[in-house]
Amino acid sequence: MLNDELRELYQDVILDHQRCPRNFGALPDATHRAEGFNPLCGDRILLSLEFDGERIRRVMFTGAGCAISTASASLLTDALVGNTLEEAQELSRRFRALVTGQTPSPTDSAKDLPALDKLRPLAGVRQFPVRVKCATLPWHTLESAINGQAEAPVSTE
Amino acid sequence: MDLLKSLPLEHAESQPTDWAEEAVRADFPILATHYNGQQLVYLDSASTTQKPQSVIDALVAYYWSSNANVHRGIYRLSLEATRHFDAARLKVMSFLNAREAGEIVFVRGSTEGINLVADSFGRHRVGPGDEILVSAMEHHANIVPWQVFCERQGAKLQVAPIDDQGELIWDELNRLITDRTKLVAVVHVSNTLGTINPIRKIVDLAHQRGAVVLVDGAQAAPHLKIDVQSLGCDFYVISGHKVYGPTGIGALYGKRALLEAMPPYQTGGDMIRSVSWDRTTYNSPPQKFEAGTPDIAGAIGLGAAIDYLRKFPVEAIAGHEHDLLVRATDGLSSIPGLRIVGQAADKAAVLSFVLDGVHPHDIGTVLDQRGIAVRSGHHCTQPLMDRLGVPGTTRMSFGLYNTRAEVDAAVRAVAEVKELFRC
Repeated sequence: MLNDELRELYQDVILDHQRCPRNFGALPDATHRAEGFNPLCGDRILLSLEFDGERIRRVMFTGAGCAISTASASLLTDALVGNTLEEAQELSRRFRALVTGQTPSPTDSAKDLPALDKLRPLAGVRQFPVRVKCATLPWHTLESAINGQAEAPVSTE
Repeated sequence: MDLLKSLPLEHAESQPTDWAEEAVRADFPILATHYNGQQLVYLDSASTTQKPQSVIDALVAYYWSSNANVHRGIYRLSLEATRHFDAARLKVMSFLNAREAGEIVFVRGSTEGINLVADSFGRHRVGPGDEILVSAMEHHANIVPWQVFCERQGAKLQVAPIDDQGELIWDELNRLITDRTKLVAVVHVSNTLGTINPIRKIVDLAHQRGAVVLVDGAQAAPHLKIDVQSLGCDFYVISGHKVYGPTGIGALYGKRALLEAMPPYQTGGDMIRSVSWDRTTYNSPPQKFEAGTPDIAGAIGLGAAIDYLRKFPVEAIAGHEHDLLVRATDGLSSIPGLRIVGQAADKAAVLSFVLDGVHPHDIGTVLDQRGIAVRSGHHCTQPLMDRLGVPGTTRMSFGLYNTRAEVDAAVRAVAEVKELFRC
């Protein structure tokens, strides 16, 4: 039967987001866009963000990829709503620490980041080093959208 | 779990009796490896094969007792190294049934063999208005060198299409080979689809119209009897590591007259006859194409791999692998939502598939947890993936050491994927 690592990786939340990705589509009035690409597996994601003043109003994505990258992109679009750019970058940093299995620093642990809790179902990927890039692809793409490097697709390689 | 029980794994026909499964497996030490507490099930031989002890021993023995540079020293050790190196070339010659050793050039692998031909053969023979024809099922190694070459020479790259089964469309091929076609570069066995292409027929057609033919034999050499004379092709490339030999060594077969007429590929030591500031003359083939100290150990290892393969009648290997291919095809086909990609009538030991709702990388991860190594992705055939309308496939490929039990375990694991993803 399936072992615990696999059950944790492909837990219900992940499979649900894979089957029914949230916010799937493109934002016509996006202020920030970027494309992410993993040449190793061909996963591709297009991210678009819309702002309401200082805060993110909406995030949408399109593309095609594995369960992990699709679920990660879907969870990202939910988690970012209401964040400022700085908060989004902080969340990105903390998420990457989560999925690479880095121990949170004492200051990080103390700082409450409710949005990070929504992303915890992806923590199981830390047991599968070769799949970490699948989970981080949408977040690399976010960084690229924020930094305005949307000209060339951001690559994980 | 009902699905698992219903898989048709109990085949009526009996195991081919002439295949000594346990003895063959015992020749490959790595097959005893365990991952996650489970024995390795290696179903990725199309990427690279595992190595028998005799190949590993040949590499060690060379460094242990014969290491010296070749074609240089007058001392005994160098002569011995040269003798082993030359013997390896004769083994490759015999393996491919070339006419003479001079038609066998040692290269790093099929990729370098193709690059050598693209660079050297085409440099003075192909120009604006000329065409190179490749097939739609080529590996990137038989696409990109021709793209770069055509751009440099001002020539046009044509692509022979395939049908949905993964076979070349003969009428289209017939139409595309014209008097403008200078070279046809085609794969013998597709690394993604397993399709065996009708090389002799293609060669006849191309020769009628004045084109030479290069065959990418990387995936054919471990499974089929290769006879370059009966195929009639002008160039044939193989990779040592796909025929149970070491990585970093391969061979290019070229017809003597063509190799004689071609300019050098790389230049340096060993490929020259004489060097002066005024004039340098080149050695004869194959040395003309082997600049620098070659991969002596690799060549000797490749020779040992050929010796190993030749212990088995090629029909016995083909029969055993065909049995595995049929069993895997039957088992996987019974899984609802699973589609075999590549259904040519004539196939070698390669099996690609897609499963509705599950990405190949997720399948690969689940199988890896069972100790089962398969390849997931585009298999270095992105234009083929585009043609087939899939982002990638999961691929099982078989070697002579694989067993029915391994095939069954892999099929069962794919059924588990379906269960996990509830698709």
